[in-house]
Amino acid sequence: MTATGLREPPLVKVLLIAGAVGYVALMLLLPLGAVLAEAFKKGWQLWLAAVTQPDARASIKLTLLVAAISVPLNTIFGVAAAWAIAKFDFPGKTALIALIELPFSVSPVVSGLVFVLLFGAQGWFGPWLQDHDIRIIFALPGLVLATLFVTFPFVARQLIPLMSAQGRADEEAALTLGASGWQTFWRVTLPNIRFGLLYGVLLCNARAMGEFGAVSVVSGHIRGETNTMPLQVEALYNDYDFVAAFAVASLLTLLAILTLALKSALEWRHRDQLSARH
Amino acid sequence: MSIRVEHVSKSYSAYPALNDVSLTMRDKEFVALLGPSGSGKTTLLRILAGLEVPEAGKVWFGKRDVTGDKPASRGIGFVFQHYALFGHMTVADNIAFGLDVMKRSDRPSRDKIRNRVDQLLELVQLPGLGKRYPSQLSGGQRQRVALARALARNPRILLLDEPFGALDAKVRRELRDALRQIHDELGITSIFVTHDQEEAFALADRVALLNHGRIEQFAAPPEIEAAPASAFVSAFLA
Repeated sequence: MTATGLREPPLVKVLLIAGAVGYVALMLLLPLGAVLAEAFKKGWQLWLAAVTQPDARASIKLTLLVAAISVPLNTIFGVAAAWAIAKFDFPGKTALIALIELPFSVSPVVSGLVFVLLFGAQGWFGPWLQDHDIRIIFALPGLVLATLFVTFPFVARQLIPLMSAQGRADEEAALTLGASGWQTFWRVTLPNIRFGLLYGVLLCNARAMGEFGAVSVVSGHIRGETNTMPLQVEALYNDYDFVAAFAVASLLTLLAILTLALKSALEWRHRDQLSARH
Repeated sequence: MSIRVEHVSKSYSAYPALNDVSLTMRDKEFVALLGPSGSGKTTLLRILAGLEVPEAGKVWFGKRDVTGDKPASRGIGFVFQHYALFGHMTVADNIAFGLDVMKRSDRPSRDKIRNRVDQLLELVQLPGLGKRYPSQLSGGQRQRVALARALARNPRILLLDEPFGALDAKVRRELRDALRQIHDELGITSIFVTHDQEEAFALADRVALLNHGRIEQFAAPPEIEAAPASAFVSAFLA
């Protein structure tokens, strides 16, 4: 085949590129810019006051805490699940894959409601929990549980296709060379999946910090106590306190941009090893 | 080291991969496991390595029953068809892997490991390539590195799964000669799997011909050519 058959007329090319850029600008950059513009509309002193106000600070702390607990847990579970699925054959494997993806297909509201039904005052374990003075719903454990549930698939889904494609040969080679299972995991399996893992963890973290629906159901919306950043944004917005709402929202946006930058930077720094791999 | 396989059977869900297979390989022998795909030759090799566990039968290395032993404790080297080199490690680190994972009390010093790596690179005729990454090598070079890596811990038995399968004809012949030379030099027992009759007959002291999970004939190449043991053998040679 000659290249001429594959070459589009210049006009088509320009139109396609302009269309793509325009769409991205309209759908992604404009809203992002609007958030930042609204946040800083009345000056950065007001922005600073809004994000350092006690309730806002409490929501930032809570969000970071919830992410700091749920992201490592889901990283460990995700790697374990992906490893089991990709490297071993066992009955019920397809069912397990479907189950892992369940949180993606369930509405976040339902994900939160599940935990209210289990641990709420009228829930299955509610009376027992009350007798033992353990608070799950409207407290940190509930927020963590809901976040864990919603963000469970990110790491596992990123790794399953990667690990399946890599097969078992590297691990088998390590075993025949005298490595223990643990050594094989740390020295061979983990280095082989590190960039996929990193990507999964970043996505998981972004969602853990940004989750609204599931967390909203179990939170109870106690300002300064159980409001995470997304919930705080809504609360402020409902108070018609737009500057403060957009200020906190701008922090979430910056978090997302930071995540993206971190990912790109890591990819750039390790590009030699990335290209050396294949 | 001699190897004895006694009445070994193994099946994958429905079909039998090995059906009551027995054979004895002598110390320092070079044996080819030859057969069409699905004949069970790779399964037999993987059972010798400990990567598969037989449902029935026993495997002996010398006077030791290794049937239930893990691959790590068998004292074998294994070479994979697609090299299975660790892409994130340099060639030197790949070769040193078997030594690096040893218990601290048994592990040689850093200098000794470095010397051993250099020595192995000489052996497989790749001196000075230790700092490269596997992706920077040709297929033939990668398989030489895999061979060096498998030999690092001085195994008494070398197992090779279609070691030339992914290489072109010229490289294949070079590597074949190198392998035979290393085998003779080290005085190890080597077993390799192939579906290429010409390769098996050119390289091996004795050839085991497998079909449908059974051994059709196990003999030296001239003997097989002179007196095929079954209709399958005659047909396979034709």
